[in-house]
Amino acid sequence: MTLILDVKGLSKGFEMHHLGTRMAAFSDISFTLSAGEFLLLKGRNGAGKSTLLRTLYRSYLAASGQILFHSSHGVVDLARAADVDVTLLRRTEIGFVTQFLTARPRVSAEALVAEPLRLAGTPEEEALEEARHWLSAFGVKRALWAAYPTTFSGGEQQKVNLARALILPQRLLMLDEPTASLDASARAALIDRLAELKRAGTAMIGVFHHPGDVEVLIDREIDLTPDAPKQETREDVAV
Amino acid sequence: MSLTMEPPRLVTTRPLLTARNVSKCYGSVQALRDVSATVYPGEVLGIVGESGSGKSTFLRCLNLEEVPDEGSYTLDLPDVADNLFDLDRYARRMLCATKIGIVYQNPHLGLLMNHSSSGNVAERLLVAGERRFSVLRDKARRALDASEFPLDRMDAPPVELSGGMQQRVQLAKAIALEPALLLLDEPTTGLDVSVQALVLDTLKRLQQERRITMVIVSHDLGVIRTLSDRVMVMRRGQVVEAGLADQVFQDPQHAYTQQLVHAKL
Repeated sequence: MTLILDVKGLSKGFEMHHLGTRMAAFSDISFTLSAGEFLLLKGRNGAGKSTLLRTLYRSYLAASGQILFHSSHGVVDLARAADVDVTLLRRTEIGFVTQFLTARPRVSAEALVAEPLRLAGTPEEEALEEARHWLSAFGVKRALWAAYPTTFSGGEQQKVNLARALILPQRLLMLDEPTASLDASARAALIDRLAELKRAGTAMIGVFHHPGDVEVLIDREIDLTPDAPKQETREDVAV
Repeated sequence: MSLTMEPPRLVTTRPLLTARNVSKCYGSVQALRDVSATVYPGEVLGIVGESGSGKSTFLRCLNLEEVPDEGSYTLDLPDVADNLFDLDRYARRMLCATKIGIVYQNPHLGLLMNHSSSGNVAERLLVAGERRFSVLRDKARRALDASEFPLDRMDAPPVELSGGMQQRVQLAKAIALEPALLLLDEPTTGLDVSVQALVLDTLKRLQQERRITMVIVSHDLGVIRTLSDRVMVMRRGQVVEAGLADQVFQDPQHAYTQQLVHAKL
């Protein structure tokens, strides 16, 4: 299997200057992730699951350790890579899915969804076509496609967000509770899309409040609760 | 405590803008101390900091309005000097007119308030040597259109326009010659919130469509967050922290940045 991510001895803490203290988030985490694999992060609240995802994405800076990402350009340590390199990888190879949409004033739902494709070089019309396909797949009403999502309900915004986050197949995908508060049909569409991306080779690492939602996708689990057994391989699941 | 970052390895283009160790004193006040910055083509660098942090002084240095006491500054363009701070006044003016666009917080600094808006934009083109009236008018019209200025008002003087419209005229003037670098000094400060959102949207659109390299200075973290790829935090004339925009706002390292982020969000 093609190795995508090789995390070695990764630690993260937060220096809280106004309190003069340091709060440890997680320490000495090591794991690997291959193409088409789905890794579930487990652990009680505050164990550092979301923090780990954000550290891998470089929204948080690691305190120590390595995040070796096998990009299409070669191996890059995301813990130390130059900002411009991280920006480039985020545009083309590394995705991050949350449950929240960052809507922008005067940008229609379909334009927002098409944006990652356009930035990757797809012609405008083609990108919009594809965007409409995914809006439809996630169950966003046709009447809303050309409207501005700033005024949409939370549920509709979340569907637009998923369509946008998953339109461009990535090499590595981080999932931070994307199923939370999603209705059943949208959840089914999400699982279908993730399964499709997984078959095509996207490596995924995710946090889910209800892991049952993505049961069929999970290959392996890591428990971040301190003193928990570090890794568990599930042989019973095949996708 | 934190890790040392590596130089770029995937991005092989050279930075468009490189400023090194820029220092400037006004009498006994050190306005800038060893400020360095690099900006890659198509990138947006945001600079935040409170009043008096030196962020606007640094921007004026990049616009060659101020000459620092020390430091170097270059743009990676054909036929451009190694250190732009060494240029004489005439060369500086030409370079600014043709390669750098700027939008000020105060439209009076950037516009002739009683001349027509189209004339204000065309003035930029005149400085660059264009003399044909029809070309001037056509290019001014296109720049105003790109800035989403209502063309039926293109002959109105800025003094008769709203604050948001005045900023669009400034923006049109700044982009009329398709500059390599666009500098923005508090471009939306003082506008009311809805107008601010529209101007931000125009800037974002221009940036995406034309891949213009931008440096934007603001004390408004929301504005910086919306537009920037990378952020530099300044305090008392020095850079205290720099990084990816989401990282600086979500995981600020320096005590001052933490204060700033917690105070504003």
